[in-house]
Amino acid sequence: MSTDNEKNYLENGKGFSSWFFTTDHKRLGVMYLCGIGTFFIIAAIASVLLRAEHLSPGRTIVDAHTYNVLFTLHGSMMVFLFIVPGVAATFGNFLIPLMIGARDVIFPKLNLYSFWIYCLGAVIFLFALAAPADTGWTFYTPYSIESGTNVILITLGIFVLGFSSILTGINFIVTIHKLRAPGMTWDRLPLFCWAAYSTSILQVLATPVVAITLVLLIGERYWGLGFFDPAKGGDPVLFQHFFWFYSHPAVYIMILPAMGIISEIIPVFSRKPIFGYKSIAYSSLAIALISFLVWGHHMFTSGQSKLINIIFSAITFAVAIPTAIKVFNWLWTMYKGSIELSAAMLYALAFIFLFTIGGLTGLHLGALASTIHLHDTYFVVAHMHYVMIGGTLFGLFAALHFWYPKMWGKMFDEFRAKIAFVFIFIGFNVTFFPQFIMGTLGMPRRYYNYDPEFTIFHQISTAGTWLMALGFIFMLYNFFRPISKTAEANPYKSKSLEWSIPSPPPTLNFDEIPTVTESTYAYGNKIERET
Amino acid sequence: MGLLSGTSKFIKALTYPSDMLPPIMADDEHQHVDPELEHAASKFGMWLFLATEVLLFGGLFAAYAIYRAKYPDMFQHGSSSLNVVLGSINTIILIFSSFTVVVAVKAIQENKIKLVKLMLWITIACGAIFGINKFFEYSYKIHHGITPGTDIFYSLYYAATGIHMLHVLIGMGLLSFLLYRTSKGYYSKDNFTAIEIGGLYWHLIDVIWIYLFPLLYLIG
Repeated sequence: MSTDNEKNYLENGKGFSSWFFTTDHKRLGVMYLCGIGTFFIIAAIASVLLRAEHLSPGRTIVDAHTYNVLFTLHGSMMVFLFIVPGVAATFGNFLIPLMIGARDVIFPKLNLYSFWIYCLGAVIFLFALAAPADTGWTFYTPYSIESGTNVILITLGIFVLGFSSILTGINFIVTIHKLRAPGMTWDRLPLFCWAAYSTSILQVLATPVVAITLVLLIGERYWGLGFFDPAKGGDPVLFQHFFWFYSHPAVYIMILPAMGIISEIIPVFSRKPIFGYKSIAYSSLAIALISFLVWGHHMFTSGQSKLINIIFSAITFAVAIPTAIKVFNWLWTMYKGSIELSAAMLYALAFIFLFTIGGLTGLHLGALASTIHLHDTYFVVAHMHYVMIGGTLFGLFAALHFWYPKMWGKMFDEFRAKIAFVFIFIGFNVTFFPQFIMGTLGMPRRYYNYDPEFTIFHQISTAGTWLMALGFIFMLYNFFRPISKTAEANPYKSKSLEWSIPSPPPTLNFDEIPTVTESTYAYGNKIERET
Repeated sequence: MGLLSGTSKFIKALTYPSDMLPPIMADDEHQHVDPELEHAASKFGMWLFLATEVLLFGGLFAAYAIYRAKYPDMFQHGSSSLNVVLGSINTIILIFSSFTVVVAVKAIQENKIKLVKLMLWITIACGAIFGINKFFEYSYKIHHGITPGTDIFYSLYYAATGIHMLHVLIGMGLLSFLLYRTSKGYYSKDNFTAIEIGGLYWHLIDVIWIYLFPLLYLIG
């Protein structure tokens, strides 16, 4: 049986149980993709409703409580069910073994359990929607202790999801250490694997802290433990410290794998070796390391000591260094390259552009003087979405287009994909750029109502969501309407190992474990120029 | 029918050793991981998991540090009311159980199956005695009206020892599973990874208690 490698992974077994009980990393990647896709759509619908509510001041379509519920649903679902497992669990699962020349991850059964735990967490999360929380996705005390909604159930769901994240992280770290094919040395490792490796470190080291935080929050609600309750001598700000000790590194759990994707796509469509391979690889690790030391910048206005504020502010600025290293390396990779503007490349370029805006506006928020003015305004919302959508989501879309032939064995229509891209790109900027302006003018975030002077900004922003939604729908339509039912093994002439096997990959990936003899990014060398 | 077979597959996937899995789940085999690599990888994975456990308790230790600095008197007073004798007995029990686990791990590498079983039995029994002592401690406190939420010290005491006790129970379950599999003849000197990493987990439980005990019981 172990020699039967003729069927590709999509055809190897039919029906529910052939998927739900599989340990095939590729199928698990696809199932995660279905999971996060579903929750993305639900959470995106919530955000369209939120924006529609802001078409006019006062009540437009929903009441104030429903509004609070909707933004909590949008935030917590996007963060914990979509974007944290997002790129790492889907493309991490699908690509890591293919890229390092292995037949699966090192603990395939653990990988399946991680997926089941994800499902369990999601089910608990959905049960909580019977009386959905209205606390915002950060569950700040004291309101999260007082709120009469299902805070316990939703935090329990997130606690369970955390286990899935931890186990996936452990699996990836050990896989990358132990299962690299002969010749796949650390300095030939594809940059996506470096990014996934750094992400996994964050998942393993940060997630348990939010787990204990949520347990204490549950204990606070059940037994009145008092850690976060000033009446008992506790401190609500301690909750914020605990929460952000995880949730700031979590931001990099979300963005690092997307950066890895960009590092894979740019050299392929520039036909040039990646510029500064080592500095990109190590900057992923540097970002992972520094991200543990910046959580305090979420509490600049919570009465921290001035000294601590200054230290956190300085370390926050330091994150910009490895991030900028990546951006400049990508630009230099393209310099004098033979650039092909495919849909995947367009998303990658948009990533660089939007992520840079998101990153630079982060500096306004990290600077102690300006943050007082900008704290808790729409400026923060816009900054965060430029990083999360302009960064992670565009990275995910780039990956969905780039690896589409490999994943599904089919080809999509490039032209339609580009139309969808234009809608999403313009829609995104129309939605979020006005939020920078109204944030600077003083529009607070999370508010149900607003002063009439902000009406025009809100209306432009709302119109942008419709453009984006159209783009999403058209992109989805394009994915489900492939123009060719067969894909070449390597349509982009990439040098990475996953393109050396047929599309879609056979169940066992490689007939024989390959031996790697050169860098993944050896484009434009003598042999290629001659052929 | 579909649901039934699905459920049974679910249970099988959880309990079967990987080489006994039905075909669709047997993908582990395809990996052709050699036993040495698997051993090293499993240990590496367990150490990473232990790091997450340390960070989980790290949150509690951080809360302890902050509130002890803030309320030194409350902590002294609370600590002096805890039962040092029971706490010390529990500490000795756990340290002893770590010893028996070490013997079990050593014994399986020498194929002494009977000794492995005995040692695992003793370890599980130590966990149970630890739990019984803890039960008496808790019920005595609660009887005297000291519950979680009485003050920050007791909240911390209940939260930290409670979560630790949960780990003891999980550890006992894990060791029982290993004991069952040992008696089924599944482990030998060529296949002892599971017992070794199970032992690692038990040691972690011990180590955390060794920090909790002085910090909670001995500062009065």
